[in-house]
Amino acid sequence: MRFLPFAVADWLFLVGLYGIVTSRNLIHLVVCLSVVQSSTYVLLLGIGYRTNATAPVFKDVSVGTRAVDPVVQSLTLTDVVVGVTVAALLLALAVQEHKRTGTLDPEEMRSLRG
Amino acid sequence: MTPTGRRAMFLAAASVVAGVLVWGLTGLPDFGDYHGPYGTILDRVAVGERHGTNVVTAVVFDYRGVDTMIEEYILFASVIGVTLLLRRQRGERERPPSEVAKGRGEPEPSEAARVMGLGLVGPVILLGLYVVAHGALTPGGGFQGGVVLATASGLVFLTGSFLSFERVNPIPLIDLAEGVGAAGYPALGLLGFGGGGAFLTNVLPLGRPGSLLSAGLIPLIDLAVGLAVAAGIVLILSEFLEQTLAIRGSRR
Amino acid sequence: MTALQVVVLLLVAATGAVVVSVREPLRQAMILGIYGLLLVVTFVVLQAPDVALSAAVVGAVAMPLMIALALAKIQERSDR
Repeated sequence: MRFLPFAVADWLFLVGLYGIVTSRNLIHLVVCLSVVQSSTYVLLLGIGYRTNATAPVFKDVSVGTRAVDPVVQSLTLTDVVVGVTVAALLLALAVQEHKRTGTLDPEEMRSLRG
Repeated sequence: MTPTGRRAMFLAAASVVAGVLVWGLTGLPDFGDYHGPYGTILDRVAVGERHGTNVVTAVVFDYRGVDTMIEEYILFASVIGVTLLLRRQRGERERPPSEVAKGRGEPEPSEAARVMGLGLVGPVILLGLYVVAHGALTPGGGFQGGVVLATASGLVFLTGSFLSFERVNPIPLIDLAEGVGAAGYPALGLLGFGGGGAFLTNVLPLGRPGSLLSAGLIPLIDLAVGLAVAAGIVLILSEFLEQTLAIRGSRR
Repeated sequence: MTALQVVVLLLVAATGAVVVSVREPLRQAMILGIYGLLLVVTFVVLQAPDVALSAAVVGAVAMPLMIALALAKIQERSDR
């Protein structure tokens, strides 16, 4: 139980990677990529957690209260938003690829030579 | 390489990686046993130094401000990429929005959905502005509030029509907003030079922690980032919608 | 480690595997929405409200909407 978040992060990473490697559809691939990205979020937040601590927002609690690490949260929060825009870029690529080759399957794209 | 061969190779490589990861797990400190010095120090001094009660926002926009600026530029570059990729290609026609709205034959949203959706647009915008403005005080900030604001305009499309979406989001205005938001961050940072300090040094009075006009430069940077993120996501949505609804393909 | 944390983390692991195993993109987009919701609960349970806020809006609204729009465009092309 002590390693559960890290083990879950590892599991998500490997599962997402498996999905990317064996994908037959470019859009399925983009979704698997976001699963891989979410594994890093779980890992970062798991590292920064402190038992019986509260969120690092001191509006209602006094400053000395035990709180979790704010630095990893800052890394994760910008990552989440930037991750969705990069996924948008990949989806746009997939749409144009489909227009050009008529298929979304990475296997078939390999054999089509323009 | 055949799919089966690729899968076999992946499983072999993944088992090696999994072995290394499990071995790494044993070297990590326990979950909940946080040792790092920076988190502890920041939790204690950030409110006193920055007068902002949300330490995470203070870290994002002040202690690690240059990092956030560069991440905002990743977002900016992705938006440019999407706009470029989804532009009208040679041989395609683009129908004007009024023609799109007429002849589609798509199912109309029900009256209830339309009323609820349009009634919710105002509160969602208000919520987004609230989250952006109170970034330094309570959980929130530029990134979160910006995405909420972009959601409001997505709601206009989902419960209205493409025509109303186009009217509410004129592209030149949204482009301008994105540019102002993205340029505002380094502009606010350069203000620090005027006072003789480093880039992104705080030049505004710090105020009382907990009040809205506190934390110096951080609320202004929040506004700039919120504007850039909201405009960026609205642009992405608008490009996808144009591509899906307005651009007709060439004869293949 | 509270029971809530254990349950939520195990659910996230299971749903991640489900997201990958569903091959059809539109169905996968809906399951991605559920996965996003579970991630939000995880982030709240790990005491990270800022991250939970951005994950909530991104995972429930922005991602499924964009995937659905991309699929609509592709569907229209293959129907012609």
